[in-house]
Amino acid sequence: MAHTITVNGSRHSVDVDDDTPLLWVLRDNLQLTGTKFGCGVAQCGACTVYMDGQPLRSCSLPVSAVGEAKITTIEALAGKEAEAVQAAWVKHDVPQCGYCQSGQVMSAIALLKEIRKPTDRDIDLAMNGNLCRCATYVRIRAAIHDAARTLEG
Amino acid sequence: MTAHDINLSRRNLLKGAGALVIGMSLPQAGRAQSGAAQVFKPGGDAAFAPNAFIRIAADDTVTVLVKHIEFGQGPFTGLATLVAEELDADWGQMRAEHAVADAKLYANLLFGIQGTGGSTAIANSYEQMRKAGATARAMLVQAAAEAWKVPAAEISVEKGVLKHASGKQGRFGEFAEAASKLQAPVEVKLKDPAQFKLIGKDGATPRLDSRGKSTGKAQFTIDIHTPDMLTVVVARPPRFGGKVASFDASAAKKVKGVVDVKQIPSGVAVYATGTWPALKGREALKVTWDESGAEKRGSRELFAEYRKLARTEGTVAGKHGDAEAVLVKAEKVIESEYAFPYLAHAPMEPLDGYLEWNAQGALARLGSQLQTVDHMTIAKILDLGPEKVTVETMLGGGSFGRRAQPSSELAAELAEVAKAIGPNRPVKLVRTREDDLSGGYYRPLFLHRMRGAVKDGKITAWSASIVGQSFLKGSPFEALIKDGIDPVMVEGANELPYEIADFRCELHTVPVGVPTLWWRSVGHTHTGYAVECFIDQLLQAAGQDPVAGRLALMGKHQRLANVLKAAADLAKWNGPGPVNGRARGVGVVESFGSYVVQIAEVSIGEGGEPKVHKVWCAIDCGVAVNPDVIRAQIEGGIGFGLGHILYGELTLDQGKPVQSNFDSYRSLRINEMPEVEVRIVPSTEKPTGVGEPGVPPIGPAVANALARLGRERPLSLPMVGGTV
Repeated sequence: MAHTITVNGSRHSVDVDDDTPLLWVLRDNLQLTGTKFGCGVAQCGACTVYMDGQPLRSCSLPVSAVGEAKITTIEALAGKEAEAVQAAWVKHDVPQCGYCQSGQVMSAIALLKEIRKPTDRDIDLAMNGNLCRCATYVRIRAAIHDAARTLEG
Repeated sequence: MTAHDINLSRRNLLKGAGALVIGMSLPQAGRAQSGAAQVFKPGGDAAFAPNAFIRIAADDTVTVLVKHIEFGQGPFTGLATLVAEELDADWGQMRAEHAVADAKLYANLLFGIQGTGGSTAIANSYEQMRKAGATARAMLVQAAAEAWKVPAAEISVEKGVLKHASGKQGRFGEFAEAASKLQAPVEVKLKDPAQFKLIGKDGATPRLDSRGKSTGKAQFTIDIHTPDMLTVVVARPPRFGGKVASFDASAAKKVKGVVDVKQIPSGVAVYATGTWPALKGREALKVTWDESGAEKRGSRELFAEYRKLARTEGTVAGKHGDAEAVLVKAEKVIESEYAFPYLAHAPMEPLDGYLEWNAQGALARLGSQLQTVDHMTIAKILDLGPEKVTVETMLGGGSFGRRAQPSSELAAELAEVAKAIGPNRPVKLVRTREDDLSGGYYRPLFLHRMRGAVKDGKITAWSASIVGQSFLKGSPFEALIKDGIDPVMVEGANELPYEIADFRCELHTVPVGVPTLWWRSVGHTHTGYAVECFIDQLLQAAGQDPVAGRLALMGKHQRLANVLKAAADLAKWNGPGPVNGRARGVGVVESFGSYVVQIAEVSIGEGGEPKVHKVWCAIDCGVAVNPDVIRAQIEGGIGFGLGHILYGELTLDQGKPVQSNFDSYRSLRINEMPEVEVRIVPSTEKPTGVGEPGVPPIGPAVANALARLGRERPLSLPMVGGTV
């Protein structure tokens, strides 16, 4: 059936089954492919998007449950936290294969919006839902601390 | 748009103005090579393409065509560095993209076919890409000399700017077209390393792919979308070697979005308008499997069999002196038996591929690691001449060896799926994490039985019996097997860097119906652990320090000894401890021509799990082309290795894979990642690889630290939660 959802500030109507995960609507129907598929069971975080500003695993949310919520994907990131995190990611050359990094970046920005100066423990708690099989974790941690310093000004 | 149209339009695009192709990798290097150009013109729309590896555009960008797949290990940045160095380009003008599959132009010089593996990208390219850059530089200089009417020798190049003492100067783009009309020089002189401005310089060559990969813009195979494309998933047999007996697709075809269902050699393919309908369709499919030829043994049965075999005589893989004679007479024989499970590669992007075709030609796009094999496989299945098949390599979302397929199983399945639905129906084959983990091609299950003796503070004998599966057997690489020894089963174990008077290593090769494959650092994933745990155990029994004891045995291996000294220095080694509940363990492994030593600091953490706090690592990989990429590969190699020795196992229960997703195939998370400090030992030797060598030492380093915390060195991996 038709579902109308708000993604990156625009209304989109898609004709898919109710149980279609938001991830596949974003990727297959709206061609927003920055959000990645890694596991389909909310174990890896590659599919992280924001629902009303809160990070969410889009592989495990059926499109019928989105309702009036506003969805934001990596393609529409804006704001100083996003700029600081993405600049730090580039500065530290965090990505290797890069496939999980959209999700990592989304989670890192959400963390910095929540906690201005995260400790290592805060980073562990906020980021341990995002798997990186290349194990770029050392740099993810360094880049988050660096982005926090940038935001401090 | 059909495959034919696309190929034509692609060719038009590739023709470009004034493109000139020189087959750098061919014997007639240096001469215009028109034969290759008929198949593929690497010039693209560039004004100047001095050879198959470089395009220089009027806008001044220099694009390096990279024949190796980029899946994180850094060849885009590495090969661009080599070109930019000799070209005297500015790093900001450098770009990189994958070259199309072409065995003539782009064979790996170490393989003879196009492919990536064995940590060879930089080793292969160090001279080849520098020559390509130097050739382009000479032609640009010549073009400027003719334009300015000055001798070429008087022109200098710096950061992408050509200059003459008269004050004349210009950028590459301005001379690109004129250069394209010149004959390439037959010989070029390469820089003396003392003149390097980019190679080996920290901070000079940030990765070319970081921004795209930090913004979601980088395109992977799974991101391909074309009009009318069908998404395909395949139902495969639950046990390896199973076949389709019959199937009923009536319910699957009723799923909204499912377009068709077809039997293919590897299973039953469901075609749909998107991923979710394809998955729902597959769920609704009823397949009866013929398992008469399937492998029904589980990991438990295999280990029991292997343990028995390890006690019988195997094929000798390495020997000097008479270890058995010494062991028979020894007062005490020290024994350890190490068991290694099957492991999945589990790249973050499960394997996938895109293909469109008709009788005129085909275009395949996938994260191919052995392009030539995949290219030929697709051509054969579609019954097209290879010249009609274009294979484009996509960025790979990880591989760890999984994409380097002698069997070409992915490309074959992709071609079969496309063939079954017929021409002019573009398909994207996708696999789920469950497909990936239960799909085989694992690091084989192995058993190492080690026996040794110590007398008067010295190791007097070493005997190893290795039992496992050979994946080279029956593959196109079978010729590597000599005298019954598959070298990648025993590498690192049949010759030791330690001088032990009486030594023996035997191999038992067991046929098992589970498809297996190389897995980041290949044989060293298990031999590194067995050898380094056992040497540590023997040294401990001999009352020797783990560092000093190893150094004393490394007479002929000075590079490795130097790296061990460097790691000990970095870690401020003062014995294994423990100090304040933390002990240190050492792992020393030479692999793929690179020498790596890791020292891990470990305590017993929550729930009795090993907690790795810090790893100090020293590496000698010859000339360090991109120091920061080397550090990144070591950090990642340590995390990858650690995750698997702690948690990784793919268990078979009566032939069926048990772990199906990341909830059961536990993977290292950020809170489990240690701090890493790396020292790159300066070297003027030819560069070797870094993609794999960071992996093997971490396992034994952790085990050897545990041995100083009152634990046994784990005999069965993984260390945490092993089920067999």
